[in-house]
Amino acid sequence: MPDRITKKDYDIVVIGGGPAGLAAALKAREKGLETLVVESRDRLGGIPLQCIHPGFGIHYFKEDMTGPEFVYRFIDKLLSTDIDYTVKSYVNIAKYVSPMEKKLEIITPYGTEIVRTKTIIYAAGARERTRYEIGITGPNPAGIMTAGEAQTLMDMYGVMPGKRILIVGSGDVGLIMARRFVLEGAEVVGVVEILPYPSGLIRNVQQCLKDYGIPLLLSHMVISVKKRNGRVSSAVVVKVGENFKPIQGTETEIECDTIVIAAGLKPRTKLLESLGAQIDPRTKGPVVNEYFETTIPGVFVAGNALIINDYVDYAVEQGELAALAATKYVDEKGIRIKKPVKIILGRNMRLIVPQILTLTSDALFYGRVARPEDNVWLSFKEIGFKIPQLKVLPSIMIRQKIRLDKLKSIGTNALTVEVMPRD
Amino acid sequence: MYRVVVVGAGITGLSIARWLTRYKGIEIIVIDKEPDVGWGVTKANTSIIHPCHEENPDKHPLRSKLCLEGHNLWYKWVKELEIPAKWPGEIIVATIDEELKGLHKYIDYAYRIGVPGVRLIDREEILRLEPWVNPDAIGGLYAPTAGTINPMMAAIAIAENIVDNGGKLLLGTKVEDIVIRDGKVVAIETSKGRIEADIVVNAAGLYADRISRMAGIDDYSIHPRRGQYLLFSDRVDVKPSKILHTAPTPKTKGVYAITTVDGNLLIGPTAEDLPEEAREENTTTHQGLDFTYKMASRILRELPPRSKIIKTFAGLRPEPSTGTFIIRFHEKPWGFVEAAGIRSPGLTAAPAIGKHVSKLIIERLENIEPRKDWRSKRQAIPRPAYMTPRERDKLIRENPDYGWIICVCRKVSLGEIMEAVKRMKKIGVPEITLDGIKFRTHSMYGDCQGSQCRPHIAYLLWKRLGLQPWRITIKGDGSKYAFTEVKALLRGDRDA
Repeated sequence: MPDRITKKDYDIVVIGGGPAGLAAALKAREKGLETLVVESRDRLGGIPLQCIHPGFGIHYFKEDMTGPEFVYRFIDKLLSTDIDYTVKSYVNIAKYVSPMEKKLEIITPYGTEIVRTKTIIYAAGARERTRYEIGITGPNPAGIMTAGEAQTLMDMYGVMPGKRILIVGSGDVGLIMARRFVLEGAEVVGVVEILPYPSGLIRNVQQCLKDYGIPLLLSHMVISVKKRNGRVSSAVVVKVGENFKPIQGTETEIECDTIVIAAGLKPRTKLLESLGAQIDPRTKGPVVNEYFETTIPGVFVAGNALIINDYVDYAVEQGELAALAATKYVDEKGIRIKKPVKIILGRNMRLIVPQILTLTSDALFYGRVARPEDNVWLSFKEIGFKIPQLKVLPSIMIRQKIRLDKLKSIGTNALTVEVMPRD
Repeated sequence: MYRVVVVGAGITGLSIARWLTRYKGIEIIVIDKEPDVGWGVTKANTSIIHPCHEENPDKHPLRSKLCLEGHNLWYKWVKELEIPAKWPGEIIVATIDEELKGLHKYIDYAYRIGVPGVRLIDREEILRLEPWVNPDAIGGLYAPTAGTINPMMAAIAIAENIVDNGGKLLLGTKVEDIVIRDGKVVAIETSKGRIEADIVVNAAGLYADRISRMAGIDDYSIHPRRGQYLLFSDRVDVKPSKILHTAPTPKTKGVYAITTVDGNLLIGPTAEDLPEEAREENTTTHQGLDFTYKMASRILRELPPRSKIIKTFAGLRPEPSTGTFIIRFHEKPWGFVEAAGIRSPGLTAAPAIGKHVSKLIIERLENIEPRKDWRSKRQAIPRPAYMTPRERDKLIRENPDYGWIICVCRKVSLGEIMEAVKRMKKIGVPEITLDGIKFRTHSMYGDCQGSQCRPHIAYLLWKRLGLQPWRITIKGDGSKYAFTEVKALLRGDRDA
């Protein structure tokens, strides 16, 4: 397990040493591929390192663990193999040379390494949306940061970002950080959510907000901030009506010294874009087939770089599937596409991966609905396949496997995924 | 005891100081209330080096002259000081007849000022020169010499060059009064004590009128004119190669759409006249940003969606009541010099204002000779991600920090961050700020605006230099990055 790049040629280079990347590397090595993991931070592990709350591994290990406990299962295993890995290392340039050769220029503290590889698994995760992306105007003082930044400060470095906190966004990240702040003696003055319902899991609303008496302001948004002595002094909050338009005259000021933005994640796609991979405006990640292969042959993607997942377990699952696909790619010198089938988003579907099917393998779909609905069918129209759902919510990812024989029954080159009322 | 004290470490004050360092025996000090250089008007503007054909030579003879001279000096300065710059040319895009008619006068101005290559172009040529222009354009004016620089990088580069040449900077220091004796300035009183000097130069930007009043001059005032901007990701498709703008109005040069030297689409500004007391109101508003977006759509074929905005910001320009640059050497009190009301095209004119003001000073002093050891060159911080592997590896062998990319949006290494800190100390910043590091390295400057790298940078500064995250500020004053240690609130620590 040398923590260096020892070879010039690999079967697979995994970019990103978080859960998806680690799982991919382990699976690829298990299948006999020469594997390298490239991590830009100073250690393997990725985001779970800073997630000290439980809820990790329930699906994968059937155990409830914290983020570090979960991810160290993978790190420890990786360290017991001969997988090469390199930290503080950054893939500066990636070039597609041919189906079986991609060239990477990797910057490391021990110099530039030029590496050739047959396949790439891109598992670089996601980044958070910032105050600018959610339209918060006003001055630009200290005290505004994303939830992830606050979490890095608190739970990696032992630094307390503020005392009187307002959280923007009631997704799981926002809810968990609200509780985290209270547990460290800070006051959370509220969680502001633009939707009329919380975006996170019901369980987290109860355990993170209600149990601590933290107010949740639904159908509200922060439109601007005010400052005093270079730091945030309050947030201007407004009620929103139809189409999330602010309702005039409902502005109130909430005093706080810190505003934590937990308004969702965006897949990181910079390197994929530089390779020319097609990006899906819905997922904001790359367009992939059922092998999680991007539109660039031999370049696969997994984890939050593919689609924003609810559970780390899904990121791991995608990593392993991508590694198996990369193995097939190496063995068969590419993935043959017969007649690609396009996935069409039908009624009440907001996004889905994969977006393309080659009809050569089972397919595992991950998707999200546009709005909450009760008692519906999740329908794959052209193959006449539907599954009943008691409740669908945008905050709960739909995960559905469909077997190849079923998929093959399609007569057209488009498959519509839709949510249909059940009566 | 200094020969010259310059009040204001923006692009104007620094340019003046740079010119003065070329002479023997002129001990010079530049003072600013902010903890770093360029944090006033310099920080937030459109970053254009204007061709200067939009200056009316009858109404503003000095401004027109300094604009063109400054423009020409920038070619040299960006090379000497390694300031990021490019010279793509600009097009004023007319969408209605009235605007088109208004463009003729600029041909006349260009001819009289001496701006080369300015000409009217028709719709077809506009679209050929710049396919990103809105096809609704009916014609325009092309000025091939327009350029754009990074103004903060420029201010920093000039400051470093001044210090390399023996000049001093005193930052985080407020000027409280000007001491006049026998009709001459003799000193300034500051928040850090008295500084004696023969000559006081007022380049105080938004506060220039207040400084002038300390010297008994009150024949003008300054009010802030706000400009709001939208900055898009460097990964949007819309990347005009030319600088584009709407037809100018008496108040402004119009709304611009440019691809900055950093590769981001920038649109703006608004032009909002604020009351005199609103000199710190560099805040954005929904109304202003919506206006900017709408105006830019008049000149661009398409605009990236608003979800691709990575930053919105506002800058304040010092608008003088006289409407024009106020540049003068006072005989009463002797030794008080003004470079005030430096509104647009102030950035363009800065090197020429520096030359002009330094001349006003030098011709009044005796026995002043140029230095033979003056250093014209300053080197930029190396950027390993943009080097060849061979160059980069040489750098990494000397210092492995250059091999660890910390900011992945902008590809900035730890080596660059540590070098920035070293340089900040060298020019004498009173404290290391995260914004200071941002402006020098462009870490925390990309799509994620620092949300990914900033905590790691703060941690590394803590471990390497002992700067605790609850002591380091983002931009001086009370802008502390964090509050305290985790557990301090639970322990009830007094200072937490």
